[in-house]
Amino acid sequence: MNPPVATPFFFYLLAATMIVGGILVITRKNAVHSALALITTLLAQAALYLMLYAPFVAGVQIILYAGGIMVLFLFVIMLISIERAAKERQFNKQWLVGGVAALALGGLFISVYLKTTQGKMLFPEGRMAYGESQNTQAIAALLFDRHAGQYMFAFEIASLLLLVAIIGAVVMAKKRI
Amino acid sequence: MDAMLHITTLHYLVLGAALFLLGVIGVLTRRNVVIVLMSIELILNAVNLNLVAFSRYWQGMPGHFGGPGALHGQVFAIFVITDAAAEAAVGLGILIAFFRNKETVNVDEVNLLKW
Repeated sequence: MNPPVATPFFFYLLAATMIVGGILVITRKNAVHSALALITTLLAQAALYLMLYAPFVAGVQIILYAGGIMVLFLFVIMLISIERAAKERQFNKQWLVGGVAALALGGLFISVYLKTTQGKMLFPEGRMAYGESQNTQAIAALLFDRHAGQYMFAFEIASLLLLVAIIGAVVMAKKRI
Repeated sequence: MDAMLHITTLHYLVLGAALFLLGVIGVLTRRNVVIVLMSIELILNAVNLNLVAFSRYWQGMPGHFGGPGALHGQVFAIFVITDAAAEAAVGLGILIAFFRNKETVNVDEVNLLKW
C-alpha cells in the first residue's frame, strides 16, 4: 500500500478548515450560517478520516452527518423563527465564567499532552493498515461476524437506542398525543 | 520543524482537543439552543477524531492488540455517530416542543425546572 502524498500539507489545510469552521459555528448570529460552517467542518473531518485509512467512517460521516443530521438541523431552523433570535444578545450572562472554564480545560489538555510526550518521541506512525478495499469488510466482520464479531450485541443495543430516539422525537414534536 | 512536518497521532489529538474546546465554549456561552446543539455535535466529532486517530495508531503497532485488524476505534466512532443521530433527533424534538410553548429559542428562558 502506498503512503499518502503530501500528508503535512493536506493535514494542515484540513485542520485549518476545521478550526475556522468551528469558530464560525460558535460565533455566527444566524443559525443557518452556523449550520453551513458545521457542514464544512464535518466534510473536512471526513477527508481527515480518509488520511487515517478509515474510508468507511469517512463515508458514514458524509452520508449520516453532513447528509442526515445537518439536514435535520436545517429543517428545524426553518421551522422555528430565527429572526428574533438573531436580533437578541448572542452570548449569555455567564460567558466570562464559561470562557474561563473552557480555558482551564484547554490548559489541562496542554499539560496532559506535554507530560505524556515528555522524554520520548511523539507517537510513532506505523505503516501497517488495511487498504481501502479491505477496511469496510474488516469493520463488518467486527460488527456482524458470528465468530469474530465482538460488537454484535452493542450493535443491537444501538438499534434499540435509535428506536427509542425515534419514538421520543415523535412524542416530543407532536402537538397532542 | 521535523515534528511539524511529520504528521503523527499527536497532531490529530491536538486538533481534536481544539475542536473539543470550541464546542465547550459554544455550549457554555451561546444563548441560541440550536447553536448549543451544534456545539455538542462539534464535541462528539472531536471525540470521533481521537478514536479514529488511535485506531490508526494501533494498526501500526505490533502485538496482540495491534496489527491491521485493530479497527475498534473506527467501530466506536460509528457507534458515536449513531448516538449523535439519536441525540440530535431527541434534542431537536425537545426544541420544537419548547418553541411551541414559549416562542423563543433562548436557553436563558428554559427555566421551568429551576428552583
